[in-house]
Amino acid sequence: MSAPGPGEGVRHVSLRSGVYADSVRLMQVSRDVGAREGVVAVLVAMATPLNVDLAAGMGLAPDETPSPDQLLIAVRAVDDDALAAAVAAVDAALAERERSRATADAQPARTIAAGLEDLDPGGPALAIVSVPGQYAALEAADAIAAGRSVLVFSDGVPVEQEVALKRAASEADVLVMGPDCGTAIVSGVALGFANVVRPGPVGVVAASGTGAQQVSCLLDAAGVGVSHVLGVGGRDLSEAVGGLATLAALAALDADPATERVLVVSKPPAPSVAEAVARAAAGLSTPVRSAALSPETPDLTAAVEALLADMGRDVPVWPSRPGPAEAALPGAVLKGLYSGGTLADEAMLLAVPVLGDVRSNTPLRLELALGTDLSAPGHTVVDFGDDALTVGRAHPMIDPTLRLEAIDRLAASGEPAVLLLDVVLGHGADADPAAALAPALTAARARAHLPVVVALVGTEADPQGWSRQADALAAAGAAVFASNAAATRYAIDLLGAEL
Amino acid sequence: MTSTGALGGLLDGPPAVVAAGVEVFSGSLRAQGVPVGDVDWRPPAIGEPADLAALALDPRRAAANRTAVERVLAAGSVLTDVRPARETLGLEGRVLLHSGPPLTWEAASGPMRGALIGACLFEGWASTVEDAEALLASGGVTLDPCHHHSAVGPMAGVTSPSMWTWCLEDPVNGGRAYCNLNEGLGKVLRMGAFNEEVLTRLAWMRDVLGPLLSRAVRSMAEPLDVKAVLAQMLQMGDEGHNRNRAGSLMTLRELSPALVALDAPSADTAAALAFIGGNEHFFLNLGMPTAKLAMDAARDVPGSTMVTVMARNGTEFGVQTAGTGDRWFTGPAQTPVGLFLGDYGPEDANPDIGDSAIMETYGVGGFSMAAAPAIVRFVGGSVPDALATTERMYQLTLAENPAMAIPILGFRGAPTGIDVLSVARTGWLPQINTGMAGRVAGTGQVGAGLVQPPRECFEQALAALAQEARAATAA
Repeated sequence: MSAPGPGEGVRHVSLRSGVYADSVRLMQVSRDVGAREGVVAVLVAMATPLNVDLAAGMGLAPDETPSPDQLLIAVRAVDDDALAAAVAAVDAALAERERSRATADAQPARTIAAGLEDLDPGGPALAIVSVPGQYAALEAADAIAAGRSVLVFSDGVPVEQEVALKRAASEADVLVMGPDCGTAIVSGVALGFANVVRPGPVGVVAASGTGAQQVSCLLDAAGVGVSHVLGVGGRDLSEAVGGLATLAALAALDADPATERVLVVSKPPAPSVAEAVARAAAGLSTPVRSAALSPETPDLTAAVEALLADMGRDVPVWPSRPGPAEAALPGAVLKGLYSGGTLADEAMLLAVPVLGDVRSNTPLRLELALGTDLSAPGHTVVDFGDDALTVGRAHPMIDPTLRLEAIDRLAASGEPAVLLLDVVLGHGADADPAAALAPALTAARARAHLPVVVALVGTEADPQGWSRQADALAAAGAAVFASNAAATRYAIDLLGAEL
Repeated sequence: MTSTGALGGLLDGPPAVVAAGVEVFSGSLRAQGVPVGDVDWRPPAIGEPADLAALALDPRRAAANRTAVERVLAAGSVLTDVRPARETLGLEGRVLLHSGPPLTWEAASGPMRGALIGACLFEGWASTVEDAEALLASGGVTLDPCHHHSAVGPMAGVTSPSMWTWCLEDPVNGGRAYCNLNEGLGKVLRMGAFNEEVLTRLAWMRDVLGPLLSRAVRSMAEPLDVKAVLAQMLQMGDEGHNRNRAGSLMTLRELSPALVALDAPSADTAAALAFIGGNEHFFLNLGMPTAKLAMDAARDVPGSTMVTVMARNGTEFGVQTAGTGDRWFTGPAQTPVGLFLGDYGPEDANPDIGDSAIMETYGVGGFSMAAAPAIVRFVGGSVPDALATTERMYQLTLAENPAMAIPILGFRGAPTGIDVLSVARTGWLPQINTGMAGRVAGTGQVGAGLVQPPRECFEQALAALAQEARAATAA
């Protein structure tokens, strides 16, 4: 087929106002578009009399009389497809900004909006906000406005701001993870505190950071990986927030080809919200299982085991290191010192039916609240990761100081006790928690008869390595379990209580 | 990779991340090989946290700001007429317009007083300086901001009934804007000078230049597209506020044929051409109403946090926003920093004065400093400083104006549409290029340099916008 001559083919002639570009730039655009396949002639130029004459000579005169400040776009192509593509290419070329920065010192981005503009990833992007809580909504709103999801690590964000953010996110079809969300894994990328777990078919939606870490690590130990772990913030399933992020995350995981099963991990949700989530889950094509902690369903490990059964997978023997043989200690008390709030809750939910009331800074019932010194005789579980204890200091997963002091005090108190601890590994956590903990345990056990049980949440692939940490803790006299439920049961057992 | 489209494609592959806050997370992401952009975050410099959040979360804001800035970008500007201010601005009786927010004679600074005195002499309302001062002090002359009359005036901006004004129209939004004619440099009324030389020139502009320009402009087959001139001058080394050389010459080129074709005494025509050609700031008084047209197009957009006016009267700096209509938010005007003419020094400079900051409000001037490498030394800086200034202004603004391209930045559009919220969050104040008038009435220009608005303007604007946002959300 021979190329059509002047007057043949199809033509596009249009004028635009409010666009000015210098002639050199426009000649480049004309040349680049003219080199496209199927394009016969192109003139992109300011509509000066000279240029209009040129267009007329090319058989591309505009119908109306242009003014010189208008931009003339005139294209001739072999067929409609080539013409449409050529006009689109003109638009793209005009819109294209050289981001050459002649600047000697690039100006730092001061806001998430500016940072996202500079990032220019050409793929998925998201924002992480860990600024003080009163300012977190400002930065998170930038991400939503830019059509990007955001993980809000900050705590102390007023709940009405959380609701406003999540409503805006729903409208923009993006996800707000948090506030107070420490854990997420998106397409294998660990955000905040997260473990190195294998990729796989299970999507996790978590209103609980350490809860998400527990289930993803157990799945990994069972040889089943995760597709994504989407943290939604501890308040998402409250009445006020109404599960806005959970519902968005469920829908996205349902649409995600990598996700075949979904597990929802949370503390007890508001009943109406739990109902709404259950209704939404029932409408998805992907099966959803709940791992909501409650007095009726107190155990994340059991939920993982049920999920494995759903998938037709065997439940493995969860990794553990037996501690030294300890005689049962009837009359002793349970002393739980936790860094993970959900793990602390799980321990209390398991212990209460057997041991009776457990006092805590995050108690199951308000009247069981501990005073500010966090100590009381009898069964206690302290969550050192509680917001009230992390103001102005790093999370206990990074900074063990407060817990180490508490262990020391416990050994000095003389109260017969079994010590129950969690140690959480992974990205963002202490690079070697056993290095500080093992000597403290050894010292404590030298002063008092103190059986120690550790829930060690992590994987072999974590930077700290599960076995390496487990061996070090076991060498210091601790019994170590990958499952917090198993650790708690073992501790209760040591107290001589009947499970 | 299959795109699900859900959550904006969040789950479609390993994401790139922008992080604001503690650095430990970015480090962990980098260790995983994830592209990370760290935000140089710091607590907002202006505003109560609750007010900032109320604005950030105002569901109207994004759309309102989009509407406001789109109107600004779409606005055009053509020169349609030249008429006396008495007609165009409806100045009947003893009324003088001035730059900036509302002002009294008592509060007026030296150059503003000088210009007001000069205008009274020019209008024949007083025959001596003392009489003029007494008249002004007695309240015998009504003072009103130019901005209240769709007008703008450089420096003192004093516009009296007999002065001729440029009449510009926005063919897109239908607005009109006005500005007096530029008198040139040195001893000029707008800088507060009012001696015989100044008054003689004003009389010639009234009697000869104004009528000639009026006839020439009316005779042109096509009205002059002033926006197109402004766009081109940015590519020729002007920034449109302190440097208007290319724009003035292009205007001269456009007006000359019509001026010469008039049946006017050749000596008058020659004087007019020589005056225009010899006045590098001739275009400024066309650029300012062009910016004014664009900013007025964005007035009254509820929920918008965009600044529509920045203006100074020599005593106070005032701003208005699209979301708060005609309300002024003011603070004490700062004294510019820069270079001085002759023997003048910093102690001779008056605090910031003039409506010309409408150029920065529109995104040119100091915001497009990178477009004018020839000016940066004059306003006290280096080329990298100029580039950095424009780069910072991008973080304060809502859009890039594709019509106002800056060659050295790869033809990026000028940073346009100052967002009050972004000013508060970045702690960077708008950068303004400006002339400096002498403190003492009658002095004239003493230099030129850089100045910023006082924080108070933005504090007040932010609080008012937040209050309005809460009221709207509650309603």
